[in-house]
Amino acid sequence: MTDIRIENPIIQVNNLKFYYPGNARALHGIDLSFPEKQVTALIGPSGCGKSTLIRCFNRMNDLIDGCRVEGEVILEGENIYSKNTDIIELRRKAGMVFQKSNPFPKSIYENVIYGLRIAGEKDKKLFAERVETSLKAAALWDEVKDRLQESALGLSGGQMQRLCIARAIAVNPKVILMDEPCSALDPKSTARVEETIKELRNEYTIIIVTHNMQQAARVSDYTAFLFEGNLIEFGVTDQLFVKPQNEQTEDYITGRFG
Amino acid sequence: MAILMQHELDLLKKELLTLGAEVEERVKQAVQALLTGDRKLAEQVKGGDDQIDNMEIELEEECLKILALHQPVATDLRFIVSVLKINNDLERVADFAVNIADRALDLDSSMKIDCPYDIATMAELVETMLKMALDSLVERDTALARKAIQLDDDVDNLHRENFFRVKEAIRENLESMDGLIYYLSISRYLERMGDLATNIAEDVVYHVDGEIIRHGGIQN
Repeated sequence: MTDIRIENPIIQVNNLKFYYPGNARALHGIDLSFPEKQVTALIGPSGCGKSTLIRCFNRMNDLIDGCRVEGEVILEGENIYSKNTDIIELRRKAGMVFQKSNPFPKSIYENVIYGLRIAGEKDKKLFAERVETSLKAAALWDEVKDRLQESALGLSGGQMQRLCIARAIAVNPKVILMDEPCSALDPKSTARVEETIKELRNEYTIIIVTHNMQQAARVSDYTAFLFEGNLIEFGVTDQLFVKPQNEQTEDYITGRFG
Repeated sequence: MAILMQHELDLLKKELLTLGAEVEERVKQAVQALLTGDRKLAEQVKGGDDQIDNMEIELEEECLKILALHQPVATDLRFIVSVLKINNDLERVADFAVNIADRALDLDSSMKIDCPYDIATMAELVETMLKMALDSLVERDTALARKAIQLDDDVDNLHRENFFRVKEAIRENLESMDGLIYYLSISRYLERMGDLATNIAEDVVYHVDGEIIRHGGIQN
């Protein structure tokens, strides 16, 4: 594994083990540090544990009955698996964008402020301000500013995905977790989302799971390669894609796997 | 995807090695034409350069196609980049072979001037370098590539010596100046061929190890 030190990581994963129901271990003791305000891509073949890992960062896996976690995930100095973690607050800090965009059947405006509303916020001025800044950050503002009250379901696939990014941004997260955010999008929409990811890096830490190696190469600063629940290599993206240190990484990214 | 690309990469390597073999042959022929005064052979080297140029262009197009269609990474990417550069280097080597053939024609028997240095020895050294560089590509043998690179110092030294020998010869025999300057040019062409063989060997190291050793790597 590449030995690079990440100073002041925003997320520090220590010996993380994850078991699905029936004691099937999906992660075998991951140690990994995520640099702040950088894009880190998680790559690896299907079943390698990359989605499981990213879902550990906002405890999405808690929704699975009978799963079990060992080890630590330290987000901003606190272990998110400690007993007194406020899950709602955790998911505000670590927002998530999914493979399939999932806007609510509400207006564009309501979609963006949804997180604020459920947190009890009522300030309309704040809503308006947050809608604009979030949509701008997600590079969607110019396309929807004149129809904020229209249904989000009328947007194109790429726009919906950027709306979901805006919705995640609206609650001021520290980390945005993206699980295959472009896999259902055409190349043009993918390009817009990728552009957005690059822009967001100035303000947020982004962790992205992708099957698309070229996407990982294009958008990320760091890449982690996982295989069979183990971290095989973690490194600076351009180095990993030009000169990987590990033979398994080389085989995977060049498509000579197995 | 990988299997499709692998086929293309294998083909590319084969084509590059064919070009390499052709270029090696041109160098041999040019030197032979010079040493034996064989005008026909010299003309043949000159006339064949278009073929090399076409091969170079075809290889480059092949590389661009693979880059666009397969977006290679890691060792595959390094291979394509190396092929692009080696391709260019080989074409330049062939140009120098043409230059030598030109000088062979200039220095035809009517001039009757002896070369003040040993062309054959220098040419042999350069041909060895070229062969080692191309063999290192075939075998992915970086140790061999590095040996080829080391030989370049010997070629450079020979060229330096040749310069003084030619200078001396001109001083002693002013009326043969034209012919002697041709001989100096030939030494220069061979020396440049050695540089290009070095470049090829350096690109083999890059392809295999991912290490850029040109100019001693990045200086801190």
